Amino acid sequence: MTLYLDANATEPLRPAARAAMLAAMDTLGNPSSIHASGRAARKLLEAARETVAAHCHARPADIIFCAGATEANALAIHALGRDRPILIGATEHESIRPTGAEILPVRPDGTLAAATLDAALARYPGALVCLMAANNETGVLHDIETAAKSCAIHGALLHVDAVQAVGRCPRDWLAMGAASFSLSGHKFGGPMGAGALVVSQGIEIEALVKGGGQEQGRRGGTPPLPAIAGLAAALGEPYESDKILSCRDDIEAFCIGLGAVIPGAGAARLPNTVCLILPGIRAETQLIALDMAGIAVSAGSACSSGKLAASPVLAAMGFGTLSGQAIRVSLPWNVSRGAVEQFTMAYAAMVKRALRSPAHSA
Amino acid sequence: MKIAVAMSGGVDSSVVAGLMARAGHEVIGITLQLYDSSPTTARKGACCAGQDIYDAKRVADRLGIAHYVVDAEARFRGSVISAFADAYAAGETPVPCIACNQHLKFGDLLDMARDFGAEAMATGHYVQRLEGPGGAELHQAVDANRDQSWFLFATTQAQLEFCRFPLGAYASKTEVRAVAAEMGLAVAEKSDSQDICFVPSGSYAGIVANFRPDAMAPGDVVAEDGRILGQHQGIARYTIGQAKRLPDAAAHMVVKKIEPGTRRIVVGPRGTQSREIRLRDVNWLVEPGELRAAAKLRARDSLHPARIMPDGTGAILTLDEPALAAPGQAAVFYSGTRILGGGFII
Repeated sequence: MTLYLDANATEPLRPAARAAMLAAMDTLGNPSSIHASGRAARKLLEAARETVAAHCHARPADIIFCAGATEANALAIHALGRDRPILIGATEHESIRPTGAEILPVRPDGTLAAATLDAALARYPGALVCLMAANNETGVLHDIETAAKSCAIHGALLHVDAVQAVGRCPRDWLAMGAASFSLSGHKFGGPMGAGALVVSQGIEIEALVKGGGQEQGRRGGTPPLPAIAGLAAALGEPYESDKILSCRDDIEAFCIGLGAVIPGAGAARLPNTVCLILPGIRAETQLIALDMAGIAVSAGSACSSGKLAASPVLAAMGFGTLSGQAIRVSLPWNVSRGAVEQFTMAYAAMVKRALRSPAHSA
Repeated sequence: MKIAVAMSGGVDSSVVAGLMARAGHEVIGITLQLYDSSPTTARKGACCAGQDIYDAKRVADRLGIAHYVVDAEARFRGSVISAFADAYAAGETPVPCIACNQHLKFGDLLDMARDFGAEAMATGHYVQRLEGPGGAELHQAVDANRDQSWFLFATTQAQLEFCRFPLGAYASKTEVRAVAAEMGLAVAEKSDSQDICFVPSGSYAGIVANFRPDAMAPGDVVAEDGRILGQHQGIARYTIGQAKRLPDAAAHMVVKKIEPGTRRIVVGPRGTQSREIRLRDVNWLVEPGELRAAAKLRARDSLHPARIMPDGTGAILTLDEPALAAPGQAAVFYSGTRILGGGFII
């Protein structure tokens, strides 16, 4: 049995999402069609939109469904970044790295200093600032409220990549002043293939893909109804934050005892995520050893070939060569206490073997 | 047992993975990504381009084994490609496949395999590892046409103990392909890798020019008495014994010496060859000591009977009959099919 601790890659499907998808799959019709079947499909789509809007503190009209967060981020940059300089945090995801963007350096704990943003905004007033609510590798949270205030002062727009935060530590980012934020269904127990860009009232979005004018002309293409129904159902599910946090804290304490270093340890973080640097042991070696022990974790950013590269997030935090010696443990919504014991035993065995290997005796 | 298999995506290493899985071992396939494989750099006949990684993954899927891609780009660039260019700039004729085996496959990858808990590592090389009274011995492959032992001389005794080379016992590549087909591997008919994997279309001048432009700067071609016979367009284009690319005034002559400092290529008549050859960085697969063996001075070379004397970390090779020796190439010592050791020609 695999112990799955890679929730930030994708969360296990919520049973409620599965049920909603099965029902949607049996709903015949295209939401754009005029006839009764079309109306039934449309009703399902709009019900999902209302559910998502309620959870996101937005109006239904401000939810733009799309394929996922990569598309939602691209749409935000396309629509909001036009004619504006773009400022992005140094630890942002690859889907928020437009060419020519100004990179905002982060502090060693992964957070963005208010002064750094203010100085950049003084140079680039009226910019589009892109910041993630929670980092995918370290779980470190950005102070979106403070950033939004700075943006407002300088006439800048703020887009929040909220992919890892929605469902785990949701905030009312629009009320804080964000112009938009992105979410992806499969990061909170929905299916892959559906996400959304949520925009603040009055924010105009010009489509990347015009197609047949769906989503009020902001995203063409027939919406994937089963995936959207699953996304909406997953969003309403409870998240046992305290239980997950206590599992993570126990894992952290154990691994620190074996020599692990935790980037961003002092910053506010997601309850389910911990990045563990094991100095001297390559990330690949750790990942393979744990995989052989039946434990799924991740490291760095895996490209499509599956090759692991050193983590650009940790590099941006100043970890140097240690950036290639870290794994990420991200606990799923349904983690059990038993996972802590299983993981820590495998981690201890891995550390013991790696340290007695001749390659490390020198 | 848990056994790591170095998988390039080619037919040989795919069959090795299949053989190990068939024997009931827990197989962990590893592919080293040696360079960036954007579509523009991918080419036929090179190992570990993007298609090869995809092929390795599909073979692993077919066999039902684990498979990982390990980033070795920086290491490959430093230990193999840039060392290759440096050697040319120093007037040598390097063998990058030896450096890759030594530093990446039997170095980093083998260390990693130990670290993640493998008990052995198998590769698709055509050599044999036979158990002898003193431990594992390295022998030539049964198929003499495929034998790669010369390229593996730098494998240490400890590494050899950890390694397995199941293809060394096969009589021909045809047999290996037949096994691949029988296992249902899509790579059964894939063409063999050729030459130097990172050198497109067999021309290494561009690579050397990129890393060491000084090695591609023009200079004089001179006779052994110092007379200038013409010009050349970079010492990296020459190797000891070469007759091609010499000016007309040096017709019928061969390169005798390459002088990186003065960028001179010294030419002379064919035939004068050396008997005493000095070696550096000798790897011993027997107890170091004076011995008689047959030495192979190039990848495709006949055997030269010789006496070998250890000399610090190197050795002095005295050939019974003079032969051509190019600095940077390997001199490998054979006794029958067994490899006793070898070193790099100075």
